Amino acid sequence: MNAPLPGILADNPMLDRWVSFPAPGKITINTGRVEIGQGVLTAMAQIAADELGVAMERIVIRSGDTDLTPNEGYTAGSQSMQAGGVAMRQACADVKALFLAQAATVIGCAVSELAVRDGSILRGGKPTGQDYWTLASAVNLAVKATGGGARKPMAEFKHIGESAERLDLPDKIFGRAVFIHDMKLPGMVHARVVRQPNRGATIDKIDEKAVARAAKAKVDFVRSGNFLAIIGDDETAVDLAAAAAANAVTWTNVETPTALQAEASWLLQRPWIDRPFGAPAGEPQGRERFEATYSRGYLAHASISPSCGLAEYRDGHLTVWTHCQGVFPLRGSLAKALGIDASNITVRHVQGSGCYGHNGADDAAADAAIIAMQMPGKPVRVRWRREEEFVYEPKTSAMVVKVHTQLDDGGKPVDWTQEIWSATHSNRPGAGGILLGAVALPNSMPEPPPNDVPESNGGGATRNGEPLYDIAAKRMIHHLITEPPVRTSSLRGLGAMPNIFAMECCIDELAERAGEDPVAYRLSLTADKRARAVIEKAAAMAGWNPKEPGGTGHGRGIAFARYKNRAAYAAVVVELDVAEEIRLARVWCACDAGLVINPDGVLNQLEGGVIQSASWVLKEQVRFDTGAAAGIASFDWETYPVLRFSEVPEIDIELINTKDEVPLGVGEVTAGPTAAAIGNAVSHALGVRIRDLPLTRERIMATLLKA
Amino acid sequence: MTQTFNFTVNGKPVSVALANEETPLLNVLRNELGLMGTRFGCGLEQCGCCTVLIDGKPEKCCAKPLWSVAGKSVVTIEGLGTPENPHPLQQAFIDEQAGQCGYCLSGIIVSAKALLDKNPSPTRTEIAAALDDNICRCGSHNRIIRAVQKAAAQMRAGAAS
Repeated sequence: MNAPLPGILADNPMLDRWVSFPAPGKITINTGRVEIGQGVLTAMAQIAADELGVAMERIVIRSGDTDLTPNEGYTAGSQSMQAGGVAMRQACADVKALFLAQAATVIGCAVSELAVRDGSILRGGKPTGQDYWTLASAVNLAVKATGGGARKPMAEFKHIGESAERLDLPDKIFGRAVFIHDMKLPGMVHARVVRQPNRGATIDKIDEKAVARAAKAKVDFVRSGNFLAIIGDDETAVDLAAAAAANAVTWTNVETPTALQAEASWLLQRPWIDRPFGAPAGEPQGRERFEATYSRGYLAHASISPSCGLAEYRDGHLTVWTHCQGVFPLRGSLAKALGIDASNITVRHVQGSGCYGHNGADDAAADAAIIAMQMPGKPVRVRWRREEEFVYEPKTSAMVVKVHTQLDDGGKPVDWTQEIWSATHSNRPGAGGILLGAVALPNSMPEPPPNDVPESNGGGATRNGEPLYDIAAKRMIHHLITEPPVRTSSLRGLGAMPNIFAMECCIDELAERAGEDPVAYRLSLTADKRARAVIEKAAAMAGWNPKEPGGTGHGRGIAFARYKNRAAYAAVVVELDVAEEIRLARVWCACDAGLVINPDGVLNQLEGGVIQSASWVLKEQVRFDTGAAAGIASFDWETYPVLRFSEVPEIDIELINTKDEVPLGVGEVTAGPTAAAIGNAVSHALGVRIRDLPLTRERIMATLLKA
Repeated sequence: MTQTFNFTVNGKPVSVALANEETPLLNVLRNELGLMGTRFGCGLEQCGCCTVLIDGKPEKCCAKPLWSVAGKSVVTIEGLGTPENPHPLQQAFIDEQAGQCGYCLSGIIVSAKALLDKNPSPTRTEIAAALDDNICRCGSHNRIIRAVQKAAAQMRAGAAS
């Protein structure tokens, strides 16, 4: 009896969806996971090369294509290795088993006598004249996976666990046309969308002459309901026309958010739905109580490239090229929005820049599809404008997190309630979320009912809302805000960052009350060996000194989390200086990610997570404005600053325990601990706690004045 | 009225005839000359994705009108090296695996070249300052700085030998 198939393989059991042998010496593997800068394709190639017993160079990868690859939903949630990699591994093991069985028949021996070396079949260590490609025509891969193929023992790995150079990087370093932005289709037109400001806004007037004058070349309008686009052969003209349209097209029923609504505290006045989790509300247990409230504002994904999509509608079939994270869910959503059958739509992934979650990619693809449907036979390329990306991409919800604790005689928490105010983190098309352009169509795409990522998937606002620490009673109350002022959806780690920031800052506050060192205090709260190991390791790397005095302007802080309480472990120590602004001096991180496929790739992801989180904490908040420029006031890199080269500290990272069987994703594990470690270090440096993010100069000055 | 502008790109003379002389150089490179390595990031000269060398100086070209480069020398990422014959910076970026999504890299490598052309031994602080106009959103900064340091060392060694 075989073990149950990995979930993704059970969903996509046909082996020929995963592996094929198209030409001598080459093996094609298909993955539903897509490259978003995290190096997933390289890691998949490492897995396939090991399980099939071939050199990396033999592997050709296709990814994210509704016609070709397995349906793996979204490339998100640090699940690519944990779910997709495990499925790929078993699929390859099953394929190898089928080939060995066929080889045994051809050679006339037992399977147990055979082995594979770089695709060649060996018997007793000697060549047999057979290889994958001589056998391929006789091996039927149009069969279901059984899970019966023996996976290679870890001791025999040649590729898994060794650092591999990223397969996709050289093309980017040499400036090749690898991004979706670089795609050109014959006869393609360029398009820009004149965005409907909000649901229900209607086009009042279009001054076509003013737009044409600005374009200085021929452009045309494409309109369907309140969806309006400008198309033309010349990209510059289309850009100029789109810029002019900001004034030349007027709208009615415009609603814009106000400055006050940009603050997390505004959520406390909104309607919400209560979602309680964990221990029932019990009798007060502890002798003392401690409560503190933390917050973070709305953040943008702020991808470096504005979103782009291409589409062509020809002979009743729609083909869409996109850099979104889930080609299958997008296909389903497009089918609904456009009223055509999903079998008549192909969605193909092409790389874009890093997205870090649900940015404008799906919407740009839908824009291109909407326009293409109106002009059959003509390929359409939509590229969002910079301000369009900032203003119209989904934001991560502002969050307020109030921690209620009850403490025992030793000042340790025995009862922990994390009360969370947040709008949804789940608005992807596959979760019922809208496609922006489709809202403006005559048959306007409806708003989904308020929901959030199921807790079985790690939760959205509740992600990491429960401490991993040994605390007798733990509970969460999520107040799901039903009417946020902007569309909210998934950003790297979802609610994990604000929850861990609140929790791990609160742990430091409790340690201080108990008169204990933050490292020792944390260790006293957990018996989890892997948790203890990363905390101890990070402290050792940083040369943690419990006696280092605080309030000197120089500070250090530590924080810890296990992502989703069931994935990778990370502890981060931050050292910094605070004058009027915060200057990060050094960061140390220890991570336990289980079985590591590509160590250098993991280090790259962990470090990226540290830096992005530092940027969120020190600089980032989406601002709204009132008055003449009403609306979202963060619309470019000056109004939404991010961390720059000279602000990035040196970072040391160590991986521990890479020997487990299960790989754990790492893209999101460092964000929460980094945020809280910065918060704790600032408190140590100043002797005053700042509980609201971002930690801007204004906030620091205001806190110091109050203190 | 179509006007013709002559300049050089990666050492080769080019002649571009366009009706709109305000067309940004970036659009000319990408849409007229087929050089896709220089990326569009903002169109506002803020992010550095479109950095090229104009007469040796690093400049953002997403809002630089075509007329302003007439008679000048433009060098793009494609002009630095090829997989067969990489520029030391490109080799160092591969060696250090300096990048995640890679969208910002063309502009960053070009900015780094401009730095090393005038300062062959930059410190970490000087490299960071030279790259401050280039945004990297993925967080590959430290790897990028290490790659520039490595390339600088290799170029110094090459010059000395």
